[in-house]
Amino acid sequence: MRALCWHGAKDVRVDNVPDPKILNPRDAILKITSTAICGSDLHLYDGYIPTMEKGDILGHEFMGEVVELGSAVTNLKIGDRVVVPFPIACGNCYFCEEQQHSLCENSNPNAAMAEKMWGHSPAGIFGYSHLTGGYAGGQAEYVRVPYADVGPIKVPDGLDDEKVLFLSDILPTGYMAAENCDIKPGHVVAVWGCGPVGQFAIQSAYLLGAERVIAIDRFPERLRMAREVSRAETINYEEVNVLDALKTITGGRGPDACIDAVGMEAHGVGLVGAYDRVKQAMMLETERPNALREALMACRNGGVVSIPGVYGGFLDKMPIGSFMNRSLTLKTGQTHVQRYLKPLLDRVQMGEIDPSVIITHRMPLEQAPDAYRMFRDKQDECVKVVLRP
Amino acid sequence: MTDTTTANEQEAAPQRDFSAANPGSVLSRRPPGSAFQYEAPSRNQLPALASGAGMVILGLGVAQLLAPRQVARSTGIHAHPALVRASGALGIASAVNILNKGRPAPLGLARLACVGLELTLLARSAMRAGSSGRRSRLALTGAGVAAAAMLDMSAALAQGARQGMGERSTESGALAVEKCITVNKSPQECYNFWRNFDRFPEFMEHLEEVSKISETRSHWKAKAPIGSSVEWDADISADQPGELLAWHSVEGADVDNGGTVRFERAPGGRGTIVRVELQYKPPGGKAGALVAKLFGENPVQQIDADLRRFKQLIETGEITTTEGQSSGPRSTMVKLIRKGVPG
Repeated sequence: MRALCWHGAKDVRVDNVPDPKILNPRDAILKITSTAICGSDLHLYDGYIPTMEKGDILGHEFMGEVVELGSAVTNLKIGDRVVVPFPIACGNCYFCEEQQHSLCENSNPNAAMAEKMWGHSPAGIFGYSHLTGGYAGGQAEYVRVPYADVGPIKVPDGLDDEKVLFLSDILPTGYMAAENCDIKPGHVVAVWGCGPVGQFAIQSAYLLGAERVIAIDRFPERLRMAREVSRAETINYEEVNVLDALKTITGGRGPDACIDAVGMEAHGVGLVGAYDRVKQAMMLETERPNALREALMACRNGGVVSIPGVYGGFLDKMPIGSFMNRSLTLKTGQTHVQRYLKPLLDRVQMGEIDPSVIITHRMPLEQAPDAYRMFRDKQDECVKVVLRP
Repeated sequence: MTDTTTANEQEAAPQRDFSAANPGSVLSRRPPGSAFQYEAPSRNQLPALASGAGMVILGLGVAQLLAPRQVARSTGIHAHPALVRASGALGIASAVNILNKGRPAPLGLARLACVGLELTLLARSAMRAGSSGRRSRLALTGAGVAAAAMLDMSAALAQGARQGMGERSTESGALAVEKCITVNKSPQECYNFWRNFDRFPEFMEHLEEVSKISETRSHWKAKAPIGSSVEWDADISADQPGELLAWHSVEGADVDNGGTVRFERAPGGRGTIVRVELQYKPPGGKAGALVAKLFGENPVQQIDADLRRFKQLIETGEITTTEGQSSGPRSTMVKLIRKGVPG
């Protein structure tokens, strides 16, 4: 089959690779119908996530048709159309029973390696480095789905791929980010980053009762999408001082909750930005946490800072004094997608959310390397790319 | 969860002494079922490596202090005698710190300063060295200083190490390896799974086969380095359903070994903590164990991986894997040095 393989930093290629096989009784094989490039795939593309290997197949946002089933999968049939959550979860361990699927204790075959890096291991993730299992991803014609009786959700007829594809990651991720904010009616929420997760976080914050949502970015097209599609007020951080602007908007108190939908490759302004770039290049820190630092400083006393953005290792200049002295709460995690699939699918079916509005580009899988480059460099006002094998 | 036993019942359970039955096994003398606890690290003993390094550095320091010119001449160092004496004084301070098990702590800085000063003297002398004889003497001295620094560093690491889970030597000369994992099943379910030794090879990667001889005796066959295998008969030495299982090899084993597995109720009744302790006498003693490690046989990692597989098997019914999945072309480097399981 054809699959997008990682060959090194800024080097991805569509290669001929062997078709996936059933390896365990609870596996399924899908024929991919739609797959997307995630903002977090760009961290792999740029080479900032450790333990990638040449030949790894990327992609953790995908859906398709069941073409083969392991002997123990009884809830799916050949021909079912399913969306697959990006974290792999067994459904049997303590964390799966607690609905914290991205913390599954059994799905990462490289758990010992993750424990060395992070103390404990999270769940396995499709196509996202060997630290989280080294699973072959779904930017391919076919994919093997382990524990297929737990993750995949059947899609009702009549719903297009584009309406449901993002249930695999970014829609639940934006939603969980907003849910983590503990929003009460009348709350003001600020969102750093107007990429796909940021857009869904804005929309979810409104769904959960926020009165005002303020979005922060520097790309005009993304700010426009935040205003026109997600109905947020916007701040361009290259034009104004974000902390001052947020104080002005909120009467000096600060937003009740702040969402960092940017992560480890935040764009820094001025000296601090240069400082982080140098440290990251020298591997003295793995993150450039500008958005997070700003979110912590901006949040109102006693507020919540929620991080859906991906971080991999270590950061510095974290304003821990602000965090401690002002009674902030930090909430984060890889999304427990399985928990949100059904409720969010219902919202999509009822028309409360239309995830397809963020798609700016539709391309064949063969053009994936171009798509990565375009998405990374924000060329052609690219916000979200959907690939078709 | 069907766990209704208490800690008191576990203590009260009868324990048979099997040491008389198997005088050949050093492990049989260990009472099965002793409660898990960390042993206080021994602070009184100075490791042989550290004492050796300390004495060598002390001797050099005294020589530098008393006879700086002679030392300078024989080592090829070209420096003012006062500097050589200073280096000697730092060396003595270092040696005191090493021999006194890293105390007083501030003296540890002398160890850094000593190496730093000696390397500086060496470098300066090397730049000025005219004759080839002097250069070769300097090279020898450099190698000596580097070796001493390495010795010093390994002694410092050993002194700074804190006890963790994993591997240790027992008084009888066996290696003991311990690991634990929390499993989302009741102690009784976990016990039942372990009591059935035949299933061990499903999750213990190094076991080829375990076959039942009688209710308490079984025959074990395991893979050993370089494609060989080892075999032994083992007896169950303690059997407390739902709580504990212990076994050890009987006389004539290729590798003298034994093990205990305890099933403790996890805090809040959230499953079972499975604690495994394995003891074995590595063939060829400690040297043999070291050789085995060179062949990638690390008992701590092995039991850790085995326990994870046990958890996967009993919780999910299968062992999580990516072995055999598709991938793009791998480079030679990737094939040689894998970052995760093959896949």
